[in-house]
Amino acid sequence: MEFYRSHVLICGGTGCHSSGSGEVMETFKSELAKHNLENEIKLVQTGCFGLCAVGPVVIVYPEGAFYSRVKDEDVSRIVTEHLLKGRIVTDLLYHDSVHEDEAIKSLNEVEFYKKQMRLALRNCGVIDPEKIEEYIAFDGYKALGKVLLEMTPEETINLIKASGLRGRGGAGFPAGLKWEFTAKAQGDKKYVCCNADEGDPGAFMDRSILEGDPHSVLEAMTIAGYAVGADQGYIYVRAEYPIAVKRLTIAIAQAREAGLLGRNIFGTDFSFDIELRLGAGAFVCGEETALMASIEGMRGEPRPRPPFPAVKGVFGKPTLLNNVETYANIPPILLNGPEWFQSIGTEKSKGTKVFALGGKINNTGLVEVPMGTTLREIIYEIGGGIPDNKEFKAAQTGGPSGGCIPAQHLDTPIDYDSLTQIGSMMGSGGLIVMDNENCMVDIARFFLDFTVDESCGKCPPCRIGTKRMLEILERITQGKGEEGDIEKLQELGRSIKSSALCGLGQTAPNPVLSTIQYFREEYEAHIRDKRCPAGVCQALLQIIIQAELCKGCGLCIKACPVDAISGERRSPHVIDQSKCIKCGACLEKCPFKAIVKG
Amino acid sequence: MSTSILQDNKEKFAELQRIIDEYKDKEGPLMLILHKAQELFGCLPVEVQEYIAESLDIPLTDIYGVATFYSQFTLQPKGKYTIGVCMGTACYVKGAQAVLDELSKEIGIKPGETSEDFVFTLEATRCLGACGLAPVIMINDDVYGRLVPSDIKGIVDKYRGR
Repeated sequence: MEFYRSHVLICGGTGCHSSGSGEVMETFKSELAKHNLENEIKLVQTGCFGLCAVGPVVIVYPEGAFYSRVKDEDVSRIVTEHLLKGRIVTDLLYHDSVHEDEAIKSLNEVEFYKKQMRLALRNCGVIDPEKIEEYIAFDGYKALGKVLLEMTPEETINLIKASGLRGRGGAGFPAGLKWEFTAKAQGDKKYVCCNADEGDPGAFMDRSILEGDPHSVLEAMTIAGYAVGADQGYIYVRAEYPIAVKRLTIAIAQAREAGLLGRNIFGTDFSFDIELRLGAGAFVCGEETALMASIEGMRGEPRPRPPFPAVKGVFGKPTLLNNVETYANIPPILLNGPEWFQSIGTEKSKGTKVFALGGKINNTGLVEVPMGTTLREIIYEIGGGIPDNKEFKAAQTGGPSGGCIPAQHLDTPIDYDSLTQIGSMMGSGGLIVMDNENCMVDIARFFLDFTVDESCGKCPPCRIGTKRMLEILERITQGKGEEGDIEKLQELGRSIKSSALCGLGQTAPNPVLSTIQYFREEYEAHIRDKRCPAGVCQALLQIIIQAELCKGCGLCIKACPVDAISGERRSPHVIDQSKCIKCGACLEKCPFKAIVKG
Repeated sequence: MSTSILQDNKEKFAELQRIIDEYKDKEGPLMLILHKAQELFGCLPVEVQEYIAESLDIPLTDIYGVATFYSQFTLQPKGKYTIGVCMGTACYVKGAQAVLDELSKEIGIKPGETSEDFVFTLEATRCLGACGLAPVIMINDDVYGRLVPSDIKGIVDKYRGR
């Protein structure tokens, strides 16, 4: 085996890729060649490191130097200074990765990583996802070998049951039970499917696992195939994720080549193969029965349950369906034992959960923490707080199915049950932080707009009910709200929740109900005072010049595209509200901050 | 079936037949074939749907049903550049609406429309998963992140007259 004195790890996840890590990789290649270092320094394109906010990220080992926002032109300095002369380029390092005395912190000392525990993401940012050898070197396929050679299907299922692992897709159903139901179902043919249709806006952990560690999903699905008695697997992945599709395709080919997929795996009688199926842009296909209809090539419409997929799933056969993150947890559970997994997390939610931090937060990216970590720890310690020290207003979890959590619940330890109790839900783990400049009525309208657009139209409560809710919300945000609207929304929401056919409809009212619960006064301000306190809803906005601050410089008059501002020089100007189109151009131009939205 | 489109695109239909032959024995092949057909033709005009219906021996209504159910399948041809503005939550709370409005103004089309010269198609898309760079737009395969409305003109100009 070749020996390299340094390893340069370049993040190839979607976040860093979008901010230019591909070009950085190419420049590294040519710079290393220029200095004849190709045989001494190994370049590795890995999956996501998690800290997307400061991408593209490059880590150089053995020092563990964490370079952030690396630009093309920085590469030659890193090569000539660091790799050639051994002098770390401190000014390019991530600010929190350097001690005051300029010594480098190891990654787990960095605030962002300190409280994290990476199980599902264990290999993301560590291995090259396009090389099966690197996965195997990190104990990859060891769990599969153990299961096939040393355990019966029943023992495997019992072990997963004992671990307490719950589905990471949102509902939190015990994974082992699902495996057991499918194993016990009668059928000449069974399927194992993976739900990689990560449609929740703001959630991208499944994508990162598929991009950074695709073999962990293949290995777990194969184990599941053995446990439930299936010989065919399908991964249903969003077509919006081209890098994930590419890496999965490579991984499947490599696993087949190595005899880890296909006939007689590990020389046993067990055979299993996996095929990819691409979605085509329909959020409802994340719902299990709709997903299975889509795998069959039909319209992705849900159907009533029972029968559950474990009894009657894809092509009418018993089917096990788990989410990507759930599968990623399976190999370590089998290798380390259920007691180990049980020791992490809270009483009813074991293990860790990956969250996608987004919105008004400094360290946007992916974090994995033990269940029971509080929102405050995630937002302020790991997430680095809110930009410009603005005040926290709410955290939105669970996407269009979840709710908004206000400041009073910042110290709630997060698990499946606590989130449901405070009116939100875990969902797939999107966590969007909002500050005082975000209007909660507008956010509720935003989510309803999403659900109305994505409703498949099969059942009336969802098709008609969510549309009516959206119409009321649109009226309110346009300043045409009426007394009684809030109560109407609540009543409609409750009846849709109890009567819609599938999970999409049953959870669609959550964003509205939770914002009414915690931010009712904001709804009332829109309805009664025709005012948007956050200054978001255009129709309710007024742009005002504060006379006491205005110096009468005339810049705003020039900036206004519709000539709505008038006034003598050196005396306060005024805006003609009937002409104003609320574009905000004057606001940006005013040097005295005399113009405000309100 | 109208013969003109068949004759004008003989090679493409021959390729489509090859795709159908490759996939037709798989379980539930329709979406696989539609994806490939759209890659080939740029969209799924009714003639293409009819051809697939006859080859697979399934009713045209079923194919039309699938082609119109999923947002990524399109029956109309698109512009040379498709601009997707991410309207995921993270982008939305960071001002994606203003970016979309600016694009709409700059190109002179509404979201969902294609410019008359077939250069641009403007779309409000679902979450692209690049939330760390919010707000994000994608022009074909190029990603632009951390945008403010004043960035838009410069970006669009790069694609004009290419």
